[in-house]
Amino acid sequence: MAAESRPAGRNGPEASSRPAGPSHGMRIFIMWLVVSVVADLLIGFLLAPHLPPGNMSSSAHDEQDAINIMALMSAPVVTFVLIYFGYALVVWRHREGDEADGPPLHGHARIQTAWITITSVVVLALAVFGTVELWNSHGAGGGEGPAPIFKPPGTVSLTSWSPGAPLVVQVIAQQWRFTYRYPQFGGFETYQLVLPENQWVQFDVTSLDVIHSFWAYQLGVKADANPNVNNVAYTKPSQLGRFTVRCAELCGLWHGAMFDYGKVVTPAQFQSWTASTKSFMADVTRILPAFATTYDPTVIPAFRSGPVMKKLGLTSAGGGFYPPQDPVQP
Amino acid sequence: MAIETEPGTIQQPGGADPAAPGPTRAWWMRPAVHTAIIGAVIGYVFGHWLGNLIDTGYPQIQPGGGAPDTNDISIVLGYLFMVIGWLAGLGIFNDLINQMRGKRLPDYQLRNGGDAGLARYFRFTHDHKVVGLQYLVGMVVYFCTAGLFAMAIRTELLSPVNHVFSSSVYVEIVGEHGTMMMMLMTSVILGPFGNYLVPLMIGSKRVAFPRLEALSFWLTPIAFLILLSAILLGGFNTGWTGYPTLSVQAGEGIDAYAFAFGLMGLSIILAGFNLLVTVICYRAPGMRWSRLPMFVWGILGTAVMMTLAAPILVGGMYMLLTDRTAQTAFFVPRLGGSTYLYQNLFWFFGHPEVYILALPGFGVVLELLPVFARKPLFAYKVAAAGIIGVTLLSFFVWQHHLFDSGINPDMRPLFMLTTELISIPTGFIFLVGMGTLWKAKIRYTVPMLFCLAFFFNFLIGGISGVFVSDIPADTTEHGSFFVMAHFHYTIMGGLIFAFMAACYYWLPKMMGIKLNEKLGKWHFWLMFLGFNSTFLPLFAVGLAGQPRRVFEYARNLQTLNDWVSISSFFLGASILIFLINFVWSTVVTRVPALGNPWKSRGLEWQTSSPPPADNFGAVPVVLSGPYEYGVTDGPAVADMNPPVGVLTSALAGPETGSDAARAEA
Repeated sequence: MAAESRPAGRNGPEASSRPAGPSHGMRIFIMWLVVSVVADLLIGFLLAPHLPPGNMSSSAHDEQDAINIMALMSAPVVTFVLIYFGYALVVWRHREGDEADGPPLHGHARIQTAWITITSVVVLALAVFGTVELWNSHGAGGGEGPAPIFKPPGTVSLTSWSPGAPLVVQVIAQQWRFTYRYPQFGGFETYQLVLPENQWVQFDVTSLDVIHSFWAYQLGVKADANPNVNNVAYTKPSQLGRFTVRCAELCGLWHGAMFDYGKVVTPAQFQSWTASTKSFMADVTRILPAFATTYDPTVIPAFRSGPVMKKLGLTSAGGGFYPPQDPVQP
Repeated sequence: MAIETEPGTIQQPGGADPAAPGPTRAWWMRPAVHTAIIGAVIGYVFGHWLGNLIDTGYPQIQPGGGAPDTNDISIVLGYLFMVIGWLAGLGIFNDLINQMRGKRLPDYQLRNGGDAGLARYFRFTHDHKVVGLQYLVGMVVYFCTAGLFAMAIRTELLSPVNHVFSSSVYVEIVGEHGTMMMMLMTSVILGPFGNYLVPLMIGSKRVAFPRLEALSFWLTPIAFLILLSAILLGGFNTGWTGYPTLSVQAGEGIDAYAFAFGLMGLSIILAGFNLLVTVICYRAPGMRWSRLPMFVWGILGTAVMMTLAAPILVGGMYMLLTDRTAQTAFFVPRLGGSTYLYQNLFWFFGHPEVYILALPGFGVVLELLPVFARKPLFAYKVAAAGIIGVTLLSFFVWQHHLFDSGINPDMRPLFMLTTELISIPTGFIFLVGMGTLWKAKIRYTVPMLFCLAFFFNFLIGGISGVFVSDIPADTTEHGSFFVMAHFHYTIMGGLIFAFMAACYYWLPKMMGIKLNEKLGKWHFWLMFLGFNSTFLPLFAVGLAGQPRRVFEYARNLQTLNDWVSISSFFLGASILIFLINFVWSTVVTRVPALGNPWKSRGLEWQTSSPPPADNFGAVPVVLSGPYEYGVTDGPAVADMNPPVGVLTSALAGPETGSDAARAEA
């Protein structure tokens, strides 16, 4: 581990001044070694499995790994700086009656070189690690814009879905609600976010009014919802259960109340849910525009004159809450 | 009136004819705050009337480019003329007009000398020391106001379901707190201490552009009032970032936000530009780059960032205002604009801004550490390289604020790299700090305690920054309380702790009065413990899934949030102790400080405290670096009364000048 050689560099001035007093560098090094090894063991074995955001999806797992690696790397750095400062503050404090100045040390070439080299190596290693992790985890659940390059395997069809192929879910954010559209099932819209287990999901995130951010916390997915922009994020849920969706970008008055819950079900349950929702929502789906990656509420045919929407009260993406330029409180 | 082709006086402060008559009018006839307020009121009324006049013949072209039921034009014009009236009332345009009329300018040297009373602190002056103290009081007022908003936020977050404020009031408070802290605190160290101390530290009698410097201060109170006035207009619901289309859609309060922020952008440019030129051009003979105090290095880096980054902010705010008034559509996607454009403009300023808030802190702690460690600064060149490195890299990292936004997703690895690279020069600061403490004789004075706390806080802030810079980890942390805790650790834990260190360290210089040491220690310990107890749990809160700027949160996070809220009240109380100490020491007891109470070698301590109107009797010749503690046979820091010939030859040209200085050394 690169960070471990840092105190070795610290021993530099020690070698020259050893006859004068105790071996400060060695003491600091030993204390640091013990504490940082203990800290890393605690983090690696006790803390790591409980680190957020958990293990509910591939992206959540990858983020947990990344946070864990960061914690393992930074614990020795933090402990080194803290132990050094603690030692210095105790040992080299000013004694009463001592009015002399300290030794005039202006620098130490070996220590400076070692410090710069080690920090550079650690930082570059972290950057390489982050890039590889981003690549391997297909964007790590983050928004990748309209033309993602870190894609999961499988070809996306916009007309039908069967287990094994990526599922497309359009997330339509608006003040202060998420609506979900399933284009592979006739393009119905619903407030419920239901996902199949162990299948790649492609979220196409967009917004009708202001910038929101779609944050499925336990799935480790976060993608900003920009008006007139498609922002794609990938994940693969790996556990059944419920997860929280929150808006993570300040979007106005009720930003704090903009949350809902989604659930991960088995593929069979998912298919029966889509079938029943598709037929239940058929009336509404008929008046919606064809699926597109961005959504402009002002070009919806039934916009403002939509008695169907008002009667059913089931969709908001068509502007059912209010015209986009003039929000009212829900 | 004939134009004077060969003016008898050099038309710059300090160079005027000493025989010219000083001002004779009574105090209330001379421009000061009271005339400025009158000017501001007249200006606002006029601007508002003009705006209404324009508005009547101005049909609403497109919904979404300014909501139809608002009064944006008259409000923005009202603010514009209010600022012009405020500045005119301060007499800022008097010299300009007099010069155009061919009149002789008043002698500023005499005026400042004759303007010794308390009244000069309420005027537009050309003395950098007066401006520095004006800034100091101003910054404390702005900081405490914004801090009260923070207390209100924490009061609301005591409970996830019971609300002290309505959601609209809560969002207003969040916006006011964030904006006031970020825009007005930009100059929290550069304003008071940079303006006051940089000329003293580099051995100059003046700053380069005294008028611009004073203007940069006098824009802050009016920007502060305009920002506060947003509350009267219903507040703004966008937070300090002001992202469109929310800000285009929002009510009139956002006009106050955008106008005030743009105005502060102007103030930041002026303040930075003045000190940038001062440091480069006004160093005393012998003040080489290798002898420049670390505080001046920090201010230099800050000034570069301010001068280059703030214009982008001013442009962005101007475009936002035209979107809301003149119905342009820079940021309205439905009309062909782009919200990404604003995000780019904002963060191209916003990220250097974050380092504008860090670098002066680096400068302060590195300046103070050798004094109280009684040792030379360890690896001076590495410290300067760290500051330069942060300055340069700060312009290449802004898109890490947009990792999840879908903007340039392919560039994310590059911005992850640049972001992580910035921890290398930041690490230099730790190397220098730790090296300086090696075998030192550490004196635990109040300023030193704040410096040491700076390293502790900034360590946590910096390490959490590495977590946030990693894109996979950032997907969870982005936009959550984790990020919020991270930047409070760097800005409050870094900058504000450094500000406090600077207050305790340099007030004996600036006011000739030492703050009470015992109250100072109470202040320090309450602030240090309160700060960490407030912000450390917020990392956990953020990782547990609480987004920023929400008034409702998950029920299982209430215990942590309550802990944080109660700690934050202690943190607020510590600031109160500081205020009490400040008022008690400088107004009530007024115990005079020693001329150089810290036995510092800094050039600013070699003149009297507080310094005379022209700083130094003669321009000093600097003989050695400022941190040569423990060097027994070295030269003094400077020759305060150099022989006349030295200075003349130094001013004659670069070659002879350096020769003379070298001969002296």
